[in-house]
Amino acid sequence: MPTIVFIEHNGEKREVPAEAGRSVMQAAVENAVPGIVADCSGSCSCGTCHGFIDPAWLAKIPPAGAAESAMLEGLLELQPNSRLTCQITITPDIDGMVVRLPKSQF
Amino acid sequence: MRNGTHASRIVVIGAGHAASEFTGALRAGGFSGPVLMFGEEAHLPYQRPPLSKAFLSGESALGALELKSAAAYEKMGVEVRTGARVTTIDRRARRIEFEHGGFAPYGKLVLATGGRARPLAVRGLEDAQKPSNLHYLRTVADAGPVREFLRPGLRLVIIGGGYVGLEVASVASKRGLEVTVLEALPRLLARVTAAETSAFYERIHRDAGVAIRTHASVRRIETDPTGNTVVAVHTEDEVLAADLVLAGVGQIPNVELAERCGLVVGDGIVVDEHSLSSDPDIFAIGDCSNHPSALYRRRLRLESVPNALGQARAAAATLCGSPRAYDAVPWFWSDQYDLKLQMVGLSHGHDRVIIRGRPEERSFITYYLQAGRIIAADAVNRPKVFLAAKRLVGELAQITPEGLADESRPVQSSAPTVN
Repeated sequence: MPTIVFIEHNGEKREVPAEAGRSVMQAAVENAVPGIVADCSGSCSCGTCHGFIDPAWLAKIPPAGAAESAMLEGLLELQPNSRLTCQITITPDIDGMVVRLPKSQF
Repeated sequence: MRNGTHASRIVVIGAGHAASEFTGALRAGGFSGPVLMFGEEAHLPYQRPPLSKAFLSGESALGALELKSAAAYEKMGVEVRTGARVTTIDRRARRIEFEHGGFAPYGKLVLATGGRARPLAVRGLEDAQKPSNLHYLRTVADAGPVREFLRPGLRLVIIGGGYVGLEVASVASKRGLEVTVLEALPRLLARVTAAETSAFYERIHRDAGVAIRTHASVRRIETDPTGNTVVAVHTEDEVLAADLVLAGVGQIPNVELAERCGLVVGDGIVVDEHSLSSDPDIFAIGDCSNHPSALYRRRLRLESVPNALGQARAAAATLCGSPRAYDAVPWFWSDQYDLKLQMVGLSHGHDRVIIRGRPEERSFITYYLQAGRIIAADAVNRPKVFLAAKRLVGELAQITPEGLADESRPVQSSAPTVN
């Protein structure tokens, strides 16, 4: 099973097992990673599952679609490697992917 | 209260968004006693919004809708029992009793029972047996058959012009069905938005080929002689032949368990800002609850996922010894065609409406003001502006109406947090 590495804003690192086919957000929620909120439960409508994808991994996932891109624009801590983790599907290709979390999801 | 032995067993009745979030928040908050969740449906907690959107259109499978996998609950040490319908709460003995017999004791009880689709009450449906082509849409068991029956060319009559009705109309018209929406009130989405947004959506649906009838109450459902199949829907003005009927006429909160055991109930199970009911050992969260809004200074029963999650977290925080009042701004979303509608706040009582953007290009935001403060906003295809509006409404920010409609000028408000 692939692993995703979440790094909290305070530096704390959590390696979580992530079922292929689920989203990175679901892996966070299912493993109680505190920095992901997911207020809309994965419908690309709340912007509270925001994560910074380590640049080494960014190219390994499909780019954000129109709906996600539009939501990303509204985030306060937007960075070039920002993504909504509910829109990233776990595959074996991203085993070990590193995701840094923002200070706040609001 | 701490994790003392007297409060060592937490039982949840319900297995939807609120229940799932509650159990996660409880464990994350450090509660280490037994946690049990009982749901009457046959499934683990799943996302409900996609039932009228991506699940209905076939884009998402049921497995993808699961909020947490079975393995996740096991890892958290949360016991989930599906297909378990609760019939009684015995507050004196502190236990719940099941339809199938048996009971479960509780130290603390959380009611996350949600709601059920309001049944149509019109002439022609007096029979106990519902016609097989009349559908409601609340559960996966409802949605599966609807999804299967959405075939091109069929005549679908949708009763109710609210979120469910309009979302199904979007999916069905794209699929090639002949769709008619009947709304009893003067406009679509009448309960949840103001006239301008209703008018916009009416136009959008008509452009997509959906027939919209407002001021149209259903007088009679006409079935075949066996009563098993609807053949037509009668309003005051017309008879609509139908192959398929979907009714989306509201939700009834599941408060019966609470009522029967003597909890205070009034348009939902009455709770305080910590989701605590009139019994100090019983909480109620999500669609079934009636809670105080600090922002609007009145009580609300909200049918929304963010509310379910927020109340769940408040209840969990209380049970983990760090009570935190739930005072989030209400917000909702609806996906129809290529339009993302995001709404924040409650617009009742507004005295001014200002539209910023281009409705004709399907990209705009409607601000609702009351005494110079922004109390609500509806954004269509403007997620960035919606997120900013959410922050403004959260502070009931004073907003400068002059120039607000002019997109070339920045939004001027009293809120310091908005960039």
